[in-house]
Formats: sequence, C-alpha cells, structure tokens
Amino acid sequence: MSLIANLFGQSPVRPMQQHMRAAVECARQILPLFEEMVAGNKAAVAKRRQEIDRLEHEADRIKNQIRSHLPKRMFLAVERRDMLEILDYQDSIADVAQDIAELADMRGMVVPKQLASAFLDLVRRVVMACEQAERVIDELDELVETGFRGREVARVDEMIEELSRMESDTDDLEERVQRLLFGIEDELGISAMFWYKLIDDVAGMADYAERVGNRLRLLTAN
Amino acid sequence: MILWLAGGLAMYMAWAIGANDVANAMGTSVGSGALTIRRAVVVAAVLEFSGALFVGGHVTDTVRKGMLDMELVQADPQLLLYGMLGALAAAATLLAVATAYGLPISTTHSIVGAIIGFGAVALGVDAVNWSKVAQIVVSWVTSPLIGGVLAFLTFNLVRRLILDRDDPFEAARRAGPFFFFFVTFVITLVTLFKGLQNLDLDYDLSGALIRALGAGVIGGGFGWWVIHRVKRASAGTNDRRFAGVERIFMVLQIMTACAVAFAHGSNDVANSIGPLAAIAAVVRDADLSQKAPVEIWMLAIGGIGIVFGLATWGYRVMETVGRKITELTPSRGFSAELAAALTIVLASRLGIPVSTTHILVGSVLGVGLARGIGALDLRVVGRILVSWVASLPIAATLSIFFFYFFKGLLS
Repeated sequence: MSLIANLFGQSPVRPMQQHMRAAVECARQILPLFEEMVAGNKAAVAKRRQEIDRLEHEADRIKNQIRSHLPKRMFLAVERRDMLEILDYQDSIADVAQDIAELADMRGMVVPKQLASAFLDLVRRVVMACEQAERVIDELDELVETGFRGREVARVDEMIEELSRMESDTDDLEERVQRLLFGIEDELGISAMFWYKLIDDVAGMADYAERVGNRLRLLTAN
Repeated sequence: MILWLAGGLAMYMAWAIGANDVANAMGTSVGSGALTIRRAVVVAAVLEFSGALFVGGHVTDTVRKGMLDMELVQADPQLLLYGMLGALAAAATLLAVATAYGLPISTTHSIVGAIIGFGAVALGVDAVNWSKVAQIVVSWVTSPLIGGVLAFLTFNLVRRLILDRDDPFEAARRAGPFFFFFVTFVITLVTLFKGLQNLDLDYDLSGALIRALGAGVIGGGFGWWVIHRVKRASAGTNDRRFAGVERIFMVLQIMTACAVAFAHGSNDVANSIGPLAAIAAVVRDADLSQKAPVEIWMLAIGGIGIVFGLATWGYRVMETVGRKITELTPSRGFSAELAAALTIVLASRLGIPVSTTHILVGSVLGVGLARGIGALDLRVVGRILVSWVASLPIAATLSIFFFYFFKGLLS
C-alpha cells in the first residue's frame, strides 16, 4: 500500500467544467425553444423541453458526483466551500432553464407578436452571458496550473468584467421587454402574469452566470 | 552460517526496498508518460546503485554502530550479533506481513525501532545511545517538514520564473538548464565533501566545490541540450496553453526523479546493510568501534539487492503508482521531487536514517499548500502516524523476541 499513490484525490476542476458545459447547454437550448414558439411549432417546443430535461439530469448527476468526491479530508487548490458555492450557481442556470422550458411547454404559451423580437434579443444576450461564464470556468484548470497568481488571474478578471457588462446589457433588454409587456397586459389577460415570470427567469439565468464569475473573482483576489 | 543467514535476511530487505519504494521516485515520470517502464527501471537501477555506493556509507555507519554504545557492546560482542540478526529478522517479518496486508510500513522506522528494542532490553538501557536516537526520531518529524517547506518555495519559484511569464515555454527553456545545474551541483557537492573516504577520495571544501561546479556545468549543459530538443506545442486551442511548458517540465521531472532515486539508494541501503555490516564485524572479530568506513563491497551488495527488487517486482508497483498519481503534473512533480531529493541526500550525508516516502509526502503537501494540486487526501497524514505506531513498537518487540530466539539457538 503506497502512501504516495493514495495521496492524490480526484481534482474537482474537470468535473466542474463538465458540469458547467451541461448547464450552459441547457441555457443554449432556450433560444431555439423560443424560436420554435414564435414559429408556433408546439411539437418542436416539447422536444426541446425533453432535451433540456435530459441535460439538466446530466448536470445533476455531475453535481452529485462532485459533492461526493469532496469530503472534508480533501485539501483542495480551491477552498471547498467556494467551489461548492460556484457549483450551486452553475446548477441554478440549468434549473432555471428547466423551469422556463417546463412553463413554456406545459402552458402551451404563444409569443405575442409585439414582444417577439425584443424578447428573442434578450434570450440571445442571456445565452451569450452564460457562454461567457462557461469560458471563465474553462480557465479554472489554467488558474490551478498557475496557482491563482499573476497574468492568468488578470486574464480571467478581464473575462469576468466582460461577463458583468453582458449581464448589465441583459438588464436593459429585460426592461425593454417588460415595458412592451405593460402595453399589452390587457390584451394578454392572465397570460401576462406568466410572461412576467418567463422574462424574469430568463434574465435570472444571466444573474446566475454573473454570480459564477463574481464568486470566482473573490477566489483570485487573495 | 550466521553470515549466510544474515546475508539472506539483508538481501530480502534490500529486495523489498527495491520492490516497493523505488516506485515512489519513478512512478511520477511513468505516470506522465515521460519515461517508459523499461527505461524507468534502467535509469532507477543505475541511480539507486550509485546512491547506495557513494553516499550509502554514512547512514550505514549510524545503523551498524551509531545507535548503541560500542564500548559496552565490546565486552560481549556475541550479544550484538544475536541482536542485529534479531533486528534484521524482525524488520523482515514486519515488512513481509505489512506487504501481505497492505499496511504502510516504513523500513527505516522498523530497523531503527528493532535496534532500539534489542539494545534497550538485551544490552541494557544504558547501551542505547539515546541522544543519537533522539536526533533520528526528531528528524522523522523535521525531515518531511523541511521537504514541505523546500517544495513550497521551489513551486513558488517555478511560478514566478516560469508559469507567470508572458511566454512560459520560453521562460522554462531558459530556466531549465539552471535547475539541472543546481541539482547536479548540490548532490555532487554533498557526495564529495569529505564523503568518499571509503573510495580513498577525500576532498576538502574547495576540492569538492570545484568538482561539483564542474559536474554542475556538465549537468546544466546536458539539460540545455535535452530541453532544447523539446518542441513548442502547436499554438492551438486555449486549453493547451500550458501543454508546451509541461513538456519541458517532463524533462526536468525525469532529472529530479533520478535525483530522488539516487537519494533513496543513499539512505535506504543502510536499512539492509547496516545490521549486516555489524554482524560481519563481529564474525571477523574486528574492533567494533572502528573508525574505518563501511566497506564498499557491502554497499554494492545492498545496491544490487535493491536493483534486483526493482527488476523483479518494482516495475509493477511503478506502473500502479504511476497510474494513480496522474494528478501530479510534471511541474508539480518536479517541485516536490527536487525538494525531497535534496532533503534526503542531506540526511544521508549527515548519516541520519529517514523515511524517503514520508519526505516525499511532505514535499507533495508543500506544493499543495502553494495551491498547486487539485485535491490531496489528508488521510495520508493519519496513515503516516499509523506507520509510526505500527513500525516502531512492533519492530522493537519482535526484535527482542528474535534476540532471545537466536541467543538460545546459537549460543
């Protein structure tokens, strides 16, 4: 029984990146889902929802695996608690994407013509923010390689700033869609309520993406 | 007859050391694909043997006569013979049982515990050189700590000089030969400076310095030549930015793995040859407290035993260890091994028997503290404590038992 061979645990870095890939893939599916909805293609919407469900389960599986491989006796390059917190935010992206798909499909919602283009703009920007967060998490192994110091940190900080800018863009776009929604509330009736929820959720994914970045920035700041 | 029995037990110890422990030095390079198993075995064999031959005498001296009061022993040398035979038998038994049940046992701790055991009980508490024993036991705590601190500093240096640069590949290419120079220089200096009396080579500081500088320059030049043959990784995807640097570190890591193999041979050969040397002296009726250094052929026998263990069994262990430590990338492996090798060689030169495995663990933890390794299982620290408890008292008890057994049988 070699002491050396038993010294090394499984690094959570690669599983974290895999989890983020699955979570962001969930977010990415939201755009075609709404495009099909605009086109009025209900069967296609249902199919997208199934795909998102599958990806969300995949993300959950990876999440549980990471958690079970991070017992307290492990000494990590990244503080355990910080790592788990980032994992939670990543997972929220997948969860919210699943909620959105569920609501959209279950209620058989239709995108009001007046909202369509502004809403899809918002979705696109949100997906971009999520993808930026994915790129940030992709740098995690390089951060570990350089020991969270120096140029690599500066590089990642820049990426996180870009992520923040994207997130504030989504705030503006969200407001635009909401204003349009105010104007057609009476027309939509009870559906208006669900649209508020959908818009809120979609924008929420960008919030989680930003939190992933911000939490990572706290790690590199010390 | 007694000499044959002692020789057999010593060879078994050397064989087991070669079979189990050499993997710790070379496993990293095998795991990262820097060396094939066959090459790793050949390289390790040469360096283990050289380490045993050139530096192994100091620790062997400590084991054969440093821990017991030889003036007291001189009154009845036969007791030393039974005791050392008992110590060998105890350590060998413990090693065999531990290997069968997968327990982490330190051969160093076993043999030291065994000698203290029969010394204190059979020869009397006063016969044990307690200040020397205390020095050894303290070193078992301090040596992994020193390895850890050195590794922490080395890794931070690697980070500052190489990883943190605009062009880490170029930086590694420039710094690499200096690391080659440094390691060759230090190890040669430690080996040469008043260290080779048994080869009739006695260098004072300036003589050793000049030769070490020469060796360092040759080592550095060789390093430069090897490193400059490493091709830059095709500038491609983002993910491979550090791939080229790690390829250079693979070369550096082979060098430090060699240093660890040399260091390991220089320290652990004493665990098998130390008691044998004491027994041989009694059998040939020599003056036990003699100042004469350990004979070179004995060290050679120990070296051959280690190499034999490596060739017959060690390569398998190497493969297993290599597969399990892929998380140790070459830059980290380099930092940990550099620190471990220097710590061990220094201990060997000072004649202190230390556990090479514990020092290597300390060094890896040092790199981990510098946030260099994804995940380290801290249970290993507990296992080291267990190995202390399992090795020391049990080896001591067993050796007392074997002492009376051999005394009854042979006198």
